[in-house]
Amino acid sequence: MQAFLDTFLGDAAGLERQLGYLAGMAVFGSVVVFGFVLPFAGIVTWAERRIWARIQSRVGPNRVGPFGFLQWLADGVKNILKEDLIPTVADRPLFRFAPYVVMVGFIAAFVCVPFSSDLIIADLNIGILYVTAVTSLVVVGILMAGWSSNNRWSLLGGIRAATQIISYEIPASLSIFPAVLLSGTLSMQGIIGAQGAAPWQWHMFHSPFTLLGFGLFFTAALAEGNRTPFDLAEAESELVAGFATEYSGMRSTLFFMAEWGNLYVIGALVTTLYMGGWQLPQFTYNPVLMNLAQAGVFMGKSFACVFFMIWLRATLPRVRVDQLMAMCWKYMVPLAMLSVFGTATLMVALPNGSHTLRMATFAVVVGVVIRFAFKVRFHLKRARELDYSSLSSGASQGLSS
Amino acid sequence: MSVELEVHNSQGLPTEEMTLNMGPQHPSTHGVLRFIVKADGEVMRRAIPDIGYLHRSIEKIAEKVGWHGFMPYTDRVDYVAAMACNQGWAMAAEQLADIEVPRRGEYCRVIAAELSRICSHLLGVGAMGMDMGAITPFTHAIRERDMIMDLIEELCGARLTFNYMRIGGVAWDLPHGFVEKVSHYLDHLEPVIEEFNQLLGFNRIYVKRLADVATVDADMAIAWGLVGPNLRGSGVDFDVRRDLPYSVYEDFDFDVPLGSGEMGSIGDSWDRYIVRMREMVESIRILRQALAGIPEGPVIARVARNFKPPVGDVHVKIEAPRGEQSWYVSSDGSEYPHRVHIRTGSFTAMGIIDRLSHGLMIADLVAVIASMDIVAPEVDR
Amino acid sequence: MDSTGIHAALRGRFDTAVGELAPGPFEPSIEVDASAIEAVCTFLRDEEGLEFDNLSNLSGADYPDLERIQAVYSLFSYKQRHSITLRVNADRAAPVIPTVEAVWPAANWLEREIFDLLGVEFSGHCDLRRILLPEDWVGYPLRKDYEEQPDYHGISTVRESLLTMKKD
Repeated sequence: MQAFLDTFLGDAAGLERQLGYLAGMAVFGSVVVFGFVLPFAGIVTWAERRIWARIQSRVGPNRVGPFGFLQWLADGVKNILKEDLIPTVADRPLFRFAPYVVMVGFIAAFVCVPFSSDLIIADLNIGILYVTAVTSLVVVGILMAGWSSNNRWSLLGGIRAATQIISYEIPASLSIFPAVLLSGTLSMQGIIGAQGAAPWQWHMFHSPFTLLGFGLFFTAALAEGNRTPFDLAEAESELVAGFATEYSGMRSTLFFMAEWGNLYVIGALVTTLYMGGWQLPQFTYNPVLMNLAQAGVFMGKSFACVFFMIWLRATLPRVRVDQLMAMCWKYMVPLAMLSVFGTATLMVALPNGSHTLRMATFAVVVGVVIRFAFKVRFHLKRARELDYSSLSSGASQGLSS
Repeated sequence: MSVELEVHNSQGLPTEEMTLNMGPQHPSTHGVLRFIVKADGEVMRRAIPDIGYLHRSIEKIAEKVGWHGFMPYTDRVDYVAAMACNQGWAMAAEQLADIEVPRRGEYCRVIAAELSRICSHLLGVGAMGMDMGAITPFTHAIRERDMIMDLIEELCGARLTFNYMRIGGVAWDLPHGFVEKVSHYLDHLEPVIEEFNQLLGFNRIYVKRLADVATVDADMAIAWGLVGPNLRGSGVDFDVRRDLPYSVYEDFDFDVPLGSGEMGSIGDSWDRYIVRMREMVESIRILRQALAGIPEGPVIARVARNFKPPVGDVHVKIEAPRGEQSWYVSSDGSEYPHRVHIRTGSFTAMGIIDRLSHGLMIADLVAVIASMDIVAPEVDR
Repeated sequence: MDSTGIHAALRGRFDTAVGELAPGPFEPSIEVDASAIEAVCTFLRDEEGLEFDNLSNLSGADYPDLERIQAVYSLFSYKQRHSITLRVNADRAAPVIPTVEAVWPAANWLEREIFDLLGVEFSGHCDLRRILLPEDWVGYPLRKDYEEQPDYHGISTVRESLLTMKKD
């Protein structure tokens, strides 16, 4: 980003230069947050509802705007206009403050998200560490929400969510290590720089250990984001909405926007660490075009991850809280350690990496994907076109239109 | 009202017991049920059901509206599977007045009852999936249920509370082309049930949520009065349709699925789920046989409008989808029944929840209620 | 075993506490004294050859002209696949019947329902309180002479006649 800003700042020096950088980063940050992150949090609800509808053989929102695309705007307006209820027995300052803490924790992660080689608000040299640290602020917000609602169910939900997020920080952070070890740096651009454009040059396929790290990181990040199959804190049939029960209107929307936007953060982190980020073969020397293309690649990959997470939520049931904890501590942490030590050992044993191991891992994954595609194709061919009018009769024909 | 009891946990340290209220309003398809949960953190000590939120005094109403007039009320005893309740009432009145239903009427009753059974089980397992967090199988189950309700709508005009049966038979004969439509639909339904099971039933997370949860062994199930799929899930081989046959069920050849502890122990929640899935397949078998063998003739016997059965009382047992319903109907010779009492499967299943809940987690309570397939109208009447 | 055999076994054990086998117009039933019901039920459950392990239905019926409330027990045996009906009469002025909860746990809620709706007290029951109606409800609705209370917590229970309702 600073290189990009240098072209505008010319030869200004000292304080002027720093202020110039600050202004540039603030402008770009605002563009990212207000122009991309917040609308994305809304649009992903539309996407989620349409995707679920296809999976569940129904239609989804299709009234408000083309393909129901403005549904999220309508929902947002509705939520703003709703009555703002704060229970009398709730702890008012904490109650009001909690959603903002959660939002801050989530938006601050975007400082280090590398959209392309130049489009990053600040390429901190501790990039990934910063992201991990700042997303932990969400826990504080959730606990505040659960406690201040003065409601036993909220408290239970808040504590469960906090326990879950804190526990899953461990495997998530451990699974970051293989990528960091291979890249030799914590900086996001550095990690991407160590990967290549072609799929087999991604960190994911470097060895079976990094593949394991990829799987663990994805799962742990899902758990941190309170997504199914780990969403017991909010959608569990404690039969209320967990820590956000007492919230209404825009305050509750802030919580859920943080969750949906977090989907993108997870996708971005997975793309950066393991899926090659914005890497693209150099096809032009025009920096603007190149940056745009790289941003497109990055978006494509992170949206693919988001799609996968939406798909997962429609398909899987929920894990119970003790099974969740057992999975984290008894299975994921040891596997994450295995992945770290395995990668480190391989790096020592084969300092230049092994092309055959990389290609073998890539081939195995491609094979699994192709087999899955064949199985799905088999089912798709077997699925019959449902002819509703032949199954029921004139009784419903008269009613349908 | 919350009573915080000082209890001691396993290390002998004093802790407080938390009283939570799983209130009558909640996002669940099981209806208005309330539980007062006394929990030690995540683990429950007791879950005390508080019922009566859907009590509509149906039994008292029977004494006011008379024999024929009570038929629509029987739908509301269990509106998820209304045909069975219709059948129970009709059979009780027919036994009292010694009325014989024509064979075609009996076949119509079986067809309607089995379609209703599939409807009810689809909702039961769909709701079970949804309570576990799997939202998609529920929508698929509702889609299939909707198609069955279209068929039943053609048959009797209503989609949920049918009022199809009458004392002496059924109200209307099968419409033209109904047999073909139902056969065509059943061809469509069988692979869907298989797909449903693949999506939900054998899913590892789902199995782990249900296996070994709230295991009820056979003796306990019998002593506590569990019936239907709950009883068969515990391994007791009893089905009213086969063992105390009524209507024309003797003509049909069908198996009775039992729980066998495939995924955990016999009588756990998963067994109750798989018994329902397999019962749907058996219902399809019965339906096919009934559609193939339906005889010609009238569908209803001649019954007096001012129906006055002789003095006496009778117990009638039918196999409703939620278990055996025992109808106790007492007549005093007048146009109005003297006493109607319906002992439903969900009522006794609710009774056992308090006993089962000790040591379960709060999340498991929902699994247990869903696996017992409890619906509020049956509990409260 | 058919009902005559069951009746003979009961008579042999309990003599006059167990009444005659009433063939009934529809199903045979046996009248049992209220004081002996728990012993009778325990015997029916445990005796070899009888083995009534399930209380299938327990209903109460109000007979105001006979001055009694009758509890009808429908028992079933999964082992022997036979059933029997028992009747217990209680005096309508102060109906008391011993509980059979210790014999079959299923009786717990069934007896509570009869207490709630008919007012029969089951002596020895561990938790006899109303089950379907609210705790502070007055009266026993399934009795033939039940008069509904005019209001419950300030909500009127009288429905205005449509003819006399004011048009708004």
